[in-house]
Amino acid sequence: MGEFLRVLTDNASLFRDGFINTVKLFLIAGVGSLVLGTLLGAMRVSPIPALRAFGATYVNLIRNTPLTLVFAFLVFAVPKLDVNIDYFPSACIALTVYTSAFICEVVRSGVNTVATGQAEAARALGMTFAQVLTLIVLPQALRAMVPPLMSVLIAMLKNTTIAAGFSVLEAGAIPAYMAERGEPQFAVLTWIVIGFLILILPLVVLQRFLERKWAVAR
Amino acid sequence: MRMKRVAAVAMMASLALSAAACGKEGNPTPSGGGNASGGAQGDSCSTSGVTFTPKTDANVAGSQAFQKIKSAGKVVVGVKFDQPNLGYKDAQGKRCGFDIEIAQYVASTLGVDPAKIEYKEIQSANRETAIKGGEIDYYVGTYSITDKRKNDVSFAGPYFVAGQDLLVRKDDSSITGKDTLKGKKVCSATGSTPIQKVRDEGMTEPENIVEFKTYSECVSQLLDKKVDAVTTDDAILKGYAAQNPDELKVVGQPFSTEKYGIGLPKDDKAMRDYVNDQIEAAFTDGTWKKIYDGTLGKSGSPATPPQLERY
Repeated sequence: MGEFLRVLTDNASLFRDGFINTVKLFLIAGVGSLVLGTLLGAMRVSPIPALRAFGATYVNLIRNTPLTLVFAFLVFAVPKLDVNIDYFPSACIALTVYTSAFICEVVRSGVNTVATGQAEAARALGMTFAQVLTLIVLPQALRAMVPPLMSVLIAMLKNTTIAAGFSVLEAGAIPAYMAERGEPQFAVLTWIVIGFLILILPLVVLQRFLERKWAVAR
Repeated sequence: MRMKRVAAVAMMASLALSAAACGKEGNPTPSGGGNASGGAQGDSCSTSGVTFTPKTDANVAGSQAFQKIKSAGKVVVGVKFDQPNLGYKDAQGKRCGFDIEIAQYVASTLGVDPAKIEYKEIQSANRETAIKGGEIDYYVGTYSITDKRKNDVSFAGPYFVAGQDLLVRKDDSSITGKDTLKGKKVCSATGSTPIQKVRDEGMTEPENIVEFKTYSECVSQLLDKKVDAVTTDDAILKGYAAQNPDELKVVGQPFSTEKYGIGLPKDDKAMRDYVNDQIEAAFTDGTWKKIYDGTLGKSGSPATPPQLERY
């Protein structure tokens, strides 16, 4: 047990820096993909065929691309076009682009849970598409979106570890450092699991809270 | 719209592939041309030409590891596969390099035909685990001897002494050593000893430290001007410089000492002593020098056998 604790205390700054970057990646990509994903979701249910087609193509293209490939494209292929993006922003972009596709589908399925009569009634009152979506449909859709949305965000939190392979020092890079320092891998990996559990816990609590807050009798 | 996307996918795939191939490109130099600077053979492996005849009467009294090898009739050796002239696997699947030939030599002294070696590609981070778990019989692949690692495995050797150096673009004269790295982007393998040294000694700012899984990826970034220097042991860097002699150079101011050892199971002193004896024999009978001259020596820099550290 003492040895197990020592692994953490001896390398505290590495664990701290690693998990801080994981949280940073998660927050930036989380906000980014919620915004982009909602926009894409709106496109997919919009009355304009071109936007619908764009949304569908985006989702089908990105959702079927391995995340590692999205990273590799940004880090190894884009510089060949003389476009220079630093590694941390690259990681944020890759995670945002990738996760948006999943959030888009969550938003779309949420919208589909709202009875069509709601949107029709709103349109009959003379509301525009934007008004129908933001004032009538999305608030009702949110309720159905919470559980799958949290699943997507939790998956994204774990996906941040891929950034370790593309020059972002986050939690996923810790094992490599520790192996080089000769630390026991069992303890190292256990601490990382504990770290992720601690990070995921607030998301689970948030999900419970939102579900309870928006619960209705049907 | 759909067609454009399809075109973008095709471009993405081809670019990703070309980037991945970058580390392996090279100008094949005519062998035996007497060109001191051109050493790398690009994708096609070439050996030093030393043949390793298995010892028929090999025996290591009291070694569990040896009994295992003997009863299996083969050895499982952990190696690297992406370090030109050190531990490399070419497109045809042939392996070559200094470390590979040392591994073959050790196998032959254990009575195993080098053709019967089963190679396992083990990444740096997994070396101790692989040796402790018995996944491999021994490891030869730029494995630095450190006291910390001696807690998990034991080392025969050193069979080579390298030093941390810098690989830069040929036209870059601003980097001349470790004290000129401030403000420059420095790349190495994730969590590796060289990059931890750069970080701990503050040779450059933390935000300028770049880490990838493999050195090939770092070299690709160096050629794309996304980083300014790649740092690791000079032995590894020279292999890349020789692959791209028109674009890359090694600074040549080593600032550390890395003693490469052969990783063996811990607590098997009989085996360790035996391998040490065999390495010593290779030092004195000229086998070591022949292997070096035929592999790393093609970079033009000579080397002498190091002092063994028995324990």
